[in-house]
Amino acid sequence: MSTLDIRIDHDVIASWVAEGARVLDLGCGDGELLRYLKDKRGASGYGVEIDVERVIAGMKNGINVLQIDLEEGLYDFEDQSFDLVIISNALQTLHRTEKLLREMLRVGREAVVSFPNFAYWKHRVAIMDGHMPVSDRLPFQWYDTPNVRFFTVADFEALCDKLGIAVRERLVLDDAGKPVTEEHNFLGSFALYRLG
Amino acid sequence: MANDFPLSSGSVGVVAPLSARFDTPLTLKSGAVLPGFELMYETYGTLNGARSNAVLVCPALSGHHHAAGVHADAPNNTGWWDNLIGPGKPLDTSKFFVVSINNLGGCHGSTGPVSANPDTGRPWGADFPIVTVEDWMAAQALLADRLGVDSWAAIIGGSLGGMQAMAWAIHRPARVRHAIVIASAPKLTAQNIAFNEVARQAIITDPDFHGGHFYEHDTLPRRGLRLARMLGHITYQSDDLMAEKFGRRLREGGRKFSFEVEFEVESYLRYQGDKFAASFDANTYLLATRALDYFDPAGDAGGDLAAAFAPATADFLLVSFSTDWRFAPARSREIVDALMRNRRNVSYAEIESSAGHDSFLLDDPHYHAVLRAYFDNITV
Repeated sequence: MSTLDIRIDHDVIASWVAEGARVLDLGCGDGELLRYLKDKRGASGYGVEIDVERVIAGMKNGINVLQIDLEEGLYDFEDQSFDLVIISNALQTLHRTEKLLREMLRVGREAVVSFPNFAYWKHRVAIMDGHMPVSDRLPFQWYDTPNVRFFTVADFEALCDKLGIAVRERLVLDDAGKPVTEEHNFLGSFALYRLG
Repeated sequence: MANDFPLSSGSVGVVAPLSARFDTPLTLKSGAVLPGFELMYETYGTLNGARSNAVLVCPALSGHHHAAGVHADAPNNTGWWDNLIGPGKPLDTSKFFVVSINNLGGCHGSTGPVSANPDTGRPWGADFPIVTVEDWMAAQALLADRLGVDSWAAIIGGSLGGMQAMAWAIHRPARVRHAIVIASAPKLTAQNIAFNEVARQAIITDPDFHGGHFYEHDTLPRRGLRLARMLGHITYQSDDLMAEKFGRRLREGGRKFSFEVEFEVESYLRYQGDKFAASFDANTYLLATRALDYFDPAGDAGGDLAAAFAPATADFLLVSFSTDWRFAPARSREIVDALMRNRRNVSYAEIESSAGHDSFLLDDPHYHAVLRAYFDNITV
């Protein structure tokens, strides 16, 4: 994600976080988001990260980081022990999508998911041209991408529907970070959902 | 600090062991009373004016007070955690005042089985009372009082040392701000107790043990201690590491069709066993393994580890190592889990390492980066 995207992502998520909320941030990276929510919203909680370099970065950032493999699920975490469970720009890097979404709402009262939209029109054009898309939102070549699940805004909503997960709020952004108001699955390159 | 020895940069240099004598009786968890006792310790760095930068280093099974630097009379005997402690090192002595201790029952100067029993004038030997992790903590707290440390910025320990850090967090919550628990467990498993029992039996059944009063017979249960240490060494390492270090290599050419030392790994174990038997007290070994067996904060709190940690107010860092099968990562996760249930600040790192339980003594770059990041964020 570009710096702009990160800022928008964090601002939107912060607006969905109640003052003093207990937050679990899955795939927390260097802990920037959790740090931001702590400073901005007085949130507390933990980040979960698998990569040791990022665990160290998160600790430098002064957040609680737990080095846990999300593919194992969230078995350590108690039911409804967090106000919000976030997975920001990381769901596409994990295999057990369904299990994780269910787990997020077992552990948290609400969940926030943000992800790049593979059906964004520029990505479609790339495929039409015969190549896997590489863009600001998908900044990886097919042979070195951390992404293992390739899904779209329409796919994600269908899965939420199947799992009986209610979409409370949705924000779909275009390449410039502007909200998309129509044809989300075509015009939007990044999506944020508040679920629960 | 000036010194004449070629020390690596970041060394605390030449240090001198200190001792503190306590003449007030200490009632132990068993109910036994120690009339008075002495503790050996070392300090590195300077206690600041606010007395807010003190860090307690708790030793593991065979550890003692000499954790960093060298002694003037033994320039090659570097402290057991020297790679961690020193100016510019992860536990930075230019920021922190580090106190490293030799626990009660030890054999490096603190009151223990080798010391004279005031009732008889002879060494305590097997009559030295059983000490627990909580007893060690209570004695350490008296030393903290003596040093003017009301609250430790951090208490750090690996393995059995981590248990002491947990005991502080649970029983003296106001006196510890950060607990750093490395390669430890909330209690030993049956398998772990079993290993300890084999080690103890090796010592106790050695004819030179004399029921723990071998000092009077001018001997020591060398064979027993040696076996105990050999067994320990096997369990502190991983299968992979032993394969890497020794494989099936023979010391000399081919097989001799004998029971002499033929494989490299045999030679290594015998060397480690002999070295240990010559320098460690058998009764101290028995005591320390029992302290490990008994540690069980959940058991003391109705079986619920989260309830055990309810009084704790410290922030925690847990670290485990991928190939440590004696204190496996899952055991650290149990502690993390209990702390999360209490909404404590806790971070957890599971370091990839081939070195098994012994990893906590090594200086793996990720491991040390984790500790450095954590210590750097501690405000003093």
